[in-house]
Amino acid sequence: MMALLPAEDVKGKIEAGVPGASVTVIQNGSPSGQHSLLLHAEHGRAVAEFLRNDPELKMDFCSNVTGVDWLDTDASEKIKVKKMVAGPDGTQTEQEVDEVRKTRTPGYLEAVYHLFSIEKKHGPVILRMRTGNRTDQTHLPSLTPVWRSAEFQEREVFDLYGIVFDEHPDLRRILMWDGFKDYPMRKDYVPPADEVETAEVNP
Amino acid sequence: MTSLAEMDAIAGPGEIMEVSMGPHHPSTHGVFRMDVRLEGERVVRLKPVFGYLHRNHEKIAEKGAYLAAIPYTDRLDYICSMTNNWAYCSAVEKLAGLAVPERAEYIRVIVSELTRLQNHASLIGFLLQDMGASGTPLMYAFREREKVLDLFESLTGSRMMCNYMRFGGLRVDASKAWLDEARQLVGRFPQFIDEFENLLRANEILMARTQGVGVLSPELAVSAGITGPMLRASGVNYDIRKVDGYGVYNRIEFRVPLGDHGDVYDRYMMRLLEMRETVKILEQALRDIPEGPIIDPRVRLRGLRPKVGEAYGRIESPKGELGFFLISDGTTNPYRYRVRPPTLINLTVLEDMCLGHNVADVVIILGSVDIVLGEIDR
Repeated sequence: MMALLPAEDVKGKIEAGVPGASVTVIQNGSPSGQHSLLLHAEHGRAVAEFLRNDPELKMDFCSNVTGVDWLDTDASEKIKVKKMVAGPDGTQTEQEVDEVRKTRTPGYLEAVYHLFSIEKKHGPVILRMRTGNRTDQTHLPSLTPVWRSAEFQEREVFDLYGIVFDEHPDLRRILMWDGFKDYPMRKDYVPPADEVETAEVNP
Repeated sequence: MTSLAEMDAIAGPGEIMEVSMGPHHPSTHGVFRMDVRLEGERVVRLKPVFGYLHRNHEKIAEKGAYLAAIPYTDRLDYICSMTNNWAYCSAVEKLAGLAVPERAEYIRVIVSELTRLQNHASLIGFLLQDMGASGTPLMYAFREREKVLDLFESLTGSRMMCNYMRFGGLRVDASKAWLDEARQLVGRFPQFIDEFENLLRANEILMARTQGVGVLSPELAVSAGITGPMLRASGVNYDIRKVDGYGVYNRIEFRVPLGDHGDVYDRYMMRLLEMRETVKILEQALRDIPEGPIIDPRVRLRGLRPKVGEAYGRIESPKGELGFFLISDGTTNPYRYRVRPPTLINLTVLEDMCLGHNVADVVIILGSVDIVLGEIDR
């Protein structure tokens, strides 16, 4: 049977083995119990190399690479604020008033890597990296130089989600055609109406 | 990527020829294209081009309920709908924490191993067809595949799009008569493997065309995430049925055949050897199958709402590691639904295997990978 690797242990090993790297364990609430490790993009490549080369971990097999799109989230909460309120007789008194505060958390794109070890027969170790936002800071380091299996899968994430993998040897669209503009797997993607497409093909 | 002009500068003008193999070419097993650069007959560059069958399977599944994706998984690798169902159900079962009754686990093993038999039988038929053994081997292989499809039809109502498994079990039970028919098929199957081996294993043309062609080193195979018979043909012992021991595979005795050279011949023989092991697995599963329920009646199939979280479930499909990665946001639809397609990833090394070989070898190297475009393009 496959031996499980506790995420906390892997986090400790990474932080001991890669100088400067800080790893956050993302807890998974489902019964699968597959917790993942969130990396900072600038250490992504070094951590990946460490995981592959470390004699105890030997994560030599990068099985699955994929993207996830997390939209901007709007949260509104009711808070009590102290305000000077004019009373009926015209005097200003301090009172507690209910106010709705809206906060917007910017969304991001996430690349998820599932690693296993063929030599040690253990896994999975799940790595996550997040982009700064969904519009102009969409660069992440490519892990293809570490695991060749990421080559087509990172191309697919680039194609469908728009994450740009720096240092990827051949980053082109893979499933959509070259002239295609949008990223179809994003949550806010709107497919073009069929009539428009046929109109362009048969004017 | 080197342009044609740059290549001319290396090799001299006019010496490099660019050939577009596919998308309409019988040896590409579907709509798949390879951009091949040739120096004479020798391949100097090869880039696969995907997407002709892309319909954004993952997005469609994210827009429907969990249950609605099961019939859709049939269409991924349309030769092996049973194993596709299983991989998806195992991911959902991990995500929602569902248990599967023992009888259902045994039937899952039986139908999946039957799928493996018919997949490998068709693959070796196609491969020999690609090599020019026109007709006969493919017809022999399809004769056997037909028998398995007949069994699937009487069990599920459909020959290829079985839509058979459900979260926590199966859709219908296998009758005693069906199990007897399956036993008969399994009892006769070794005859076919013997016949096929005697027909061509030591054939001189087959050996000349396949031995030493398309060699894949174990180091590259592991790094490139190659899985399934192709990985084991390169001598790497990694079979998820053994490693994860999912279902009831940990109670079943079987060996994992391994290749020595990682060439096309080893990949061809790997399929024959795996079929022999599969027959052993089927004999044990059909002998040990218990009575009992086939699905947990408490599982809410239609309104399934797993807790917020994620799960990655994988199985050893006939073509390699088929995985499903699901993220739940607590609603009835998966927030993220990802298929890890074994054959797309197995094609990562297609160029490495083809470089330096003749253009005629590209066809059989591709044939030995065992691809299905429904799964590659999704």
